[in-house]
Amino acid sequence: MEAGRRSVSGWTVANVVVVLYAMVPVLWIASLSFKDPSTFSDGSFIPRKWTLGNYAGIFTNADFVRGLVNSIGIGLISTFVAIVFGTMAAYAVARLAFPGKRLLIGVSLLIAMFPQISLVSPLFQIERALGLFNTWAGLILPYITFALPLTIYTLSAFFREIPWELEKAAKMDGATPFQAFWQVIVPLAAPGMVTTAILAFIFCWNDFLFAISLTSSDAARTAPATISFFTGSTQFEDPTGSISAAAVVITIPIVIFVLFFQRRIVAGLTSGAVKG
Amino acid sequence: MAEIVLDHVTKRYADGTVAVDDFDVRIADQEFVILVGPSGCGKSTTLNMIAGLEDITEGELRVDGRRMNERAPRDRDMAMVFQSYALYPHMTVRENIAFPLKLAKMGKAEIGERVERAAGLLDLAPYLDRKPAALSGGQRQRVAMGRAIVRDPKAFLMDEPLSNLDAKLRVQMRTSISRLQKSLGTTTVYVTHDQTEAMTLGDRIVIMRAGLIQQIGPPQELYDHPRNLFVAGFIGSPSMNVLPARLEEGLLRTPIGDIPLRGRLRRAADGPDVPRDVIAGIRPESFEDASLMHDAEEGGTFTGTVDLLESMGPEKLAYFTLDTGAVRSEHLAEAGGEEAGEGCQLVAQLDPKSGARRGEAVRLWYDTQAVHLFHPETGENLTER
Repeated sequence: MEAGRRSVSGWTVANVVVVLYAMVPVLWIASLSFKDPSTFSDGSFIPRKWTLGNYAGIFTNADFVRGLVNSIGIGLISTFVAIVFGTMAAYAVARLAFPGKRLLIGVSLLIAMFPQISLVSPLFQIERALGLFNTWAGLILPYITFALPLTIYTLSAFFREIPWELEKAAKMDGATPFQAFWQVIVPLAAPGMVTTAILAFIFCWNDFLFAISLTSSDAARTAPATISFFTGSTQFEDPTGSISAAAVVITIPIVIFVLFFQRRIVAGLTSGAVKG
Repeated sequence: MAEIVLDHVTKRYADGTVAVDDFDVRIADQEFVILVGPSGCGKSTTLNMIAGLEDITEGELRVDGRRMNERAPRDRDMAMVFQSYALYPHMTVRENIAFPLKLAKMGKAEIGERVERAAGLLDLAPYLDRKPAALSGGQRQRVAMGRAIVRDPKAFLMDEPLSNLDAKLRVQMRTSISRLQKSLGTTTVYVTHDQTEAMTLGDRIVIMRAGLIQQIGPPQELYDHPRNLFVAGFIGSPSMNVLPARLEEGLLRTPIGDIPLRGRLRRAADGPDVPRDVIAGIRPESFEDASLMHDAEEGGTFTGTVDLLESMGPEKLAYFTLDTGAVRSEHLAEAGGEEAGEGCQLVAQLDPKSGARRGEAVRLWYDTQAVHLFHPETGENLTER
């Protein structure tokens, strides 16, 4: 009993430490975003002079609003395309034997591992030559390229979990291969697809490297890149307030995303399919 | 309703392994045929070839005279019940059963009517709105059956449908499957590794081993006239006793006594290419407690000490160890005969009135005319050729 209580309190301490370690920088940025510019360097964790001015400032900044729109649009399109193709590819990888399967898996792993920085200059040249530079497509294409290995890997793991006999049963019940896939496999893989979509979206949303190198104006520049272009109201002033407010703003969609879909990621949807 | 013909069907994989070799069977309309054999004998592969889930390498599959080899499973109009049931976990029982009808683009009203009828037949009506996860094993099995019968297919294909159930439920479902099949009159091919299921369910049994058909026939025929040692060892529980034996002038010398060669034993011994050393097989029920035999029926007797006695109720099983080496044969090992280790084991099925006791000697009578003789190498039944 005594030992049990001690181990519980030990866990509590460990949890508090980990949560503090993870949350302090986030809270700090949030606190900065509510501080009046005159009190930025007062060293106080809790703002002494609260203001919403920083938020008002970034939302009146047309570049930032445009950046948010770009981020959301580019992120959603990339995620959608990556999920559609990733689902089909992952299904093939998990279920079918075809020539070049190992090669395909190897190449997609290679892409996932490839240092992105080494691709920036060639991509810059290629996109300028093709007229893709500083367009949505110019960012969507590399995002899909890097999101696909991730989606193929995660989804093929989910597909492998689904008993193959279900698909045979669907075929015997009169389903075409597509009907078997769409009406039996996809509903069962849905939790996996949602999880994968979140991961792919977060990857696109968080990218800074491509966003800063492959854009030159607010036509395609995403929010993280826009923030780096913030300037203070005078050349002697740091844009600390706007940057922290913008950082908080671009974190919010991710938090909402995860909270909203968490409920849908229901574990054990396949239970009861086969004996158990 | 359909006649299914497997015309010299062979399944060979890309790496050259032959899973099914020259399978040639004609399954009559409304017939209940069992494919039975140890694991890896090709029975499931054969079923999958009929279903269209696996390609046929050679030979032809015909249903009602029409070639099926190249048709997709959905164009063959057969329903399958899987060992794992393969219910769709995201659909309710109703949706599961209706799924094949929905795919066939049947009208809503008719789907509802048919699902209700199938559910009534299988006592599933109270569970129609549950998901498979909320059902017991036996109920899931019935849903799988419901999904098969609901669309009135040409044939039922069943792949070990009862092996995930506990023993009592298995016996219950066995009789209900049998009754269902007889009342619907649908041609059925049923795969199992369980010889009891094979014996009790089928109109005919096809025994397979290593891709080859060993024997085809009604259960009783396989039991009474096994064509070889494998079939003899596989069919029957407890399985046939096998003893080393030697043919001498007018006599068959066995560890349980000398048997005069008369009638069918004489004919077997006189056949061509019969070696001196043979394997004798005798079923447990061909024995009886000698003190219970009223008149001296023709037969042999032997006295042995009971190692173990099992009272089954309607009968007693007495186990003996004979002071001779056990028969070792690949034919038996694959038929699932337990490795005896040292000594030759003998099981006798006795009347419950028998006074046999564990550790005590008992005198047994056995029917000498029920003895089978097998070729030690080929395993062929010499008394049946």
